[in-house]
Parts: sequence; structure tokens; C-alpha cells
Amino acid sequence: MRVDGTGSVIDKVISLEEAAALVPSGATVSIGGFTSQRHPTALLRALVRHGVRDLVVYCHSAGSDVDLLIGAGCVRRVEAAYLADGVFAPIAPNWRRFVEAGRLEFEDYSNAAMMARFSAGAMGLPFFPVRSMLGTDLLEKEGLSAEVRRTDPTAAPKKAAVVNCPFTGESVVLVPAIRTDLCLLHVQRASPQGLVRIEGQEFLDVQQALAADRVIVTCEELVDDEELRREPERNRIPPFAVHAVVPVPFGAHPHSVHNCYDYDPGHLALYAEAARSDDAFRAYLERFVFGPSDHAAYLEAVGGPEHLETLRARSGLGYNPELRRRP
Amino acid sequence: MSAPFSTFELMTVAAAREIRDGEVVFAGTGLPMLAAMLAQRTHAPGCVLVFEAGGVDPRMLHLPMSVGDSRTLTGAAMAAGLMEAFTYLLQGGRIDVGFLGGAQVDRYGNINSTAVGNYLQPSVRFSGSGGAADVAALAGRTVIIARHERRRFPERVDYRTSPGWIEGGDSRARAGIRGGGPAAVVTTLGVIRFRPGTKEPYLASAHPGISPEHVQAETGFPLDLSEAGETPPPTREELEILRTTVDPEGVFLKRH
Repeated sequence: MRVDGTGSVIDKVISLEEAAALVPSGATVSIGGFTSQRHPTALLRALVRHGVRDLVVYCHSAGSDVDLLIGAGCVRRVEAAYLADGVFAPIAPNWRRFVEAGRLEFEDYSNAAMMARFSAGAMGLPFFPVRSMLGTDLLEKEGLSAEVRRTDPTAAPKKAAVVNCPFTGESVVLVPAIRTDLCLLHVQRASPQGLVRIEGQEFLDVQQALAADRVIVTCEELVDDEELRREPERNRIPPFAVHAVVPVPFGAHPHSVHNCYDYDPGHLALYAEAARSDDAFRAYLERFVFGPSDHAAYLEAVGGPEHLETLRARSGLGYNPELRRRP
Repeated sequence: MSAPFSTFELMTVAAAREIRDGEVVFAGTGLPMLAAMLAQRTHAPGCVLVFEAGGVDPRMLHLPMSVGDSRTLTGAAMAAGLMEAFTYLLQGGRIDVGFLGGAQVDRYGNINSTAVGNYLQPSVRFSGSGGAADVAALAGRTVIIARHERRRFPERVDYRTSPGWIEGGDSRARAGIRGGGPAAVVTTLGVIRFRPGTKEPYLASAHPGISPEHVQAETGFPLDLSEAGETPPPTREELEILRTTVDPEGVFLKRH
């Protein structure tokens, strides 16, 4: 990170290891992307290597990003709507095992409810109303105990509240705002100053970023600030809301990044199999997280440049139409 | 005359026929995506797809493997995000039909995609609601896709993730839900629908080769069998389009 004569930050670029060191044990964290798309997985692997523990993770539809952190023992609690990797893992395997064994605090919401919670945090509101959850156990049953809600400052005092609209009398559900210490995103392009461009679906990245005290962005490509500012309508997060930028090509592998590369069917299938037991998952972590000393070594371990080339997106489509998705 | 077909293909075709031309469809991961793509290529060329991750009205060339896939953006009207999909399009009342899957479906079309057994330490934990609870509450109507086994069709689901007709009658409206509700449950054995008013389930059709009595035996609540017909089999054209255009790679068709 570089600072000019007046103390202004002119360059927020740091290394993956420096970024991982910004995430302390016990932090509240949200992670961008959606199921098997655009998660900052290189940064998450670095967090695992750093031995971070007790994270409180907020997400909407996660995949083997949050599932990796759960399986590596980094997570105390997950508040989420969904964890799966599409056809490769219809239920995220570590998530399933850890909940079934009572090894994880969790709270269930719907995607619209998590969207509302992040939006409230981003908007500086204490809650947001939704029409979902009425008549469901999402409203009736709570994952967090009364004691956790009373004693843990990271837990909302209530899961949700049904109120009558003061104007129409209709029932609506209020869900509590999420504010996090950190938001970790992976995007196609960012400038060294922290200006963020997202291609394809935004998912909920913008709301998650603006609901966090610090945003760490990993990107496929570092681009001049001036270049991004020539098309401001395509940019999504202003530089002053971003704390650090880490250029990491293939930084979302084995997930996809629109216009850059597809998801890796072979690796997602291998992950789903490994995450079905503690022993197999420990071996997976040895081989792909602790073994490779850095991201370049990881990319070699998953097949190297020749393999990664087979995932490369075709221009105009944003994915690889030749990708073999049946292992 | 019909060519041989799998149960998965029959279900996909039955689900596709629930879509009317010109409707706006919220399609979830798996069979619903195949059904919607098939409908677009057969009787409902004007139906519009919306994906919860942000793909709006695409002209897809390749089958997505989940709702966030880049394949949901080909020729799309918009690449948006969850805010647009859930807040404006779904909650704003612009979705005509939504598709839902689930591990358990009960007498009144309530769905469990959360957990079986004790919620806090379940015997089986599933992926969770995702957008399903939202679609179930807010789409104009829903079509449910499910594997039909007695343990998966209990009188009451262990955890009500997505609201159907709740406890029948007007209980859905009394819960504060404004409309919508399940129109059909397309299963591995047949198609279940619900009576107007009481919301009691009846077997609309059993699949070819399946007796209505067998469907009842695999169902944990009473089904009115009095009007059960046979599910119309897929046409040659539907099968051809499904196998050669929608999922030629067998991403989903060859797993079932």
C-alpha cells in the first residue's frame, strides 16, 4: 500500500498473504459470489493457511467457498439461505456434516431475507421488511439459542419480527441488518485505488460490500483507474469504500468468473467427494491448501496452465461452450 | 406413438406443459431449467425466464448447471443481481410461475428443503431455502418437483421451508400470504393437484405403467384418486428437443 505526501492512499495493492493477515480470528465476514461463481477462493485458502478461527460468516447462496472454511475449522457460525455447488454438490458436504454433528452454529433465512438484511446494513437502516417467511418454520424455528442471542454481540437479539404495516395493516416480516467487519470479494477488474468493475451478474456483492467496515477485493486483472473512469456506468463500488486490492488471476478457481473462465467440473466433483469425511477432507486440504506454498503452486496442483486453458471463457459468451461437465 | 423415455424426461415434459406461452417463469436449479428451456422451444416460445442470481430474459444456448451460471446470460435482457430478481421482479409481483424442488412435500404442498429430524441436530441437513421460500410465497403460482416415496410425502413436513396451502382451506391467506400457492406437484409417479377451496390434494394423473393405488401406497396422506387419468407421455418432438437441444451433454438427463 502506498501513500502520497498528504497521507492519501494512492495504491491499495497488497499481496494475498497480507490480505489474509487483515482477517482476525472471531471477525464477522461476508463473502461475495453465488454458489459456484466468483468467490474469492484464493484469499479463503490463504485464510485457512493463516489458521484463522471462529469466523462468523454471512452469505445468501454460498458454495464450496464457505464450505471450505467450515471444513477447515475456521467458522463458528454461518447465517445463510443456501449452501450447494449446483449439480456437483446439491448439498454442500461439510455444511451438511458439521450441522448434522452439532459442530456449527447456524441460522437459516431465505435468499430474499438475506438480501434484505445486507441491504439494511448497506443503507444504514436497523432492519428491512420482506413479504417472505410468513407461514414457515424460517419464522418459527431458530438455530441460535436465547443465550447466544443474549451474550454474543455478533448475534441479532431476534431472528425476525412480524409486524402490521402502520399504513395498510398488512403483515410484513422485519429482518435485522447485517454489518460486518469485512467483506471479501472477487471481481473481474479493479484499479489500484480500489475502483471495482463487475461483469455478468452482480449477485449481492455491492450490498455486501457497503454493509462492511472493510472491503478486500481480489481481481482477475488490475486496470488503470483512468481506464475504468472512462465508463463510470459500468463500475459498481467506489474506491473510497474499498480497503485493499489483490490481483489474483484464476483467483476464484474452482468456481467461474464471467468473461474469464468457467467452473472446473473435475475439481468440483473431487471436492464434493473429499468433503464427505474428515479424513478425506484433511487430505484435500493438505494437497490443495497447505501443500502449495502460494497461489501459483495451487494452480500447478490443480492441473497447471494447460488444464486452466480448457476452462477459459469464449469471448461473447462469457463461459466455455466446449466444457465437459460430466466427469 | 411414443419413443421410450425415462421418468426424468417424462417429469420434465409434464413440468414444461405447466408453463403457458408469454408467462414470466422463475426457474430453479435442475429439472425446472430443462422444463423452461423445453417450453420455450415447443408450446411457449414467448415465455420469459428469470434467474434469482440475476440473469433476466436470456436466449440460452447451453443448459446452466445452477441458477448463477454464466449460461443464464446469453442474449439476456439484463445481467442484474439478487436485488432486482427478488425485490423488484418477484416481490413486486411480476413472476407468473415459479418452480420448486424439495426433499419432503406434505398434504398441502408445503415443502421441506432444510432438515429432516431435529432441526438443531438433524438426521439429514439439506442445502436450505435459497430462494424457494420466497418463490413459494410470492410467485403467481408454483409447480413442485419431487421424488415420490412414502417417507418424502408425509402428512406434515418436518420443517416447513416453503409455504404451500399451509393447513388447507384459507390458512395460507390467514398466514398473511397474498396469493400464489401450489398448482401442481409433478412427482416420479404422477401429478397431484389441489381442490379449490379446501386445498385437499387429488391425483390428477399417474404416469404410464403406474397405478393410482401404487401412488397412494407411496403417499403418507390420503389422496383422492377418483379423477386420476394417465400422464400424457412425451411426444417424439419433445424428447428430440430435450435430448439434442436442451441437454445434449446429459448434464442432468444422464444423472437420472
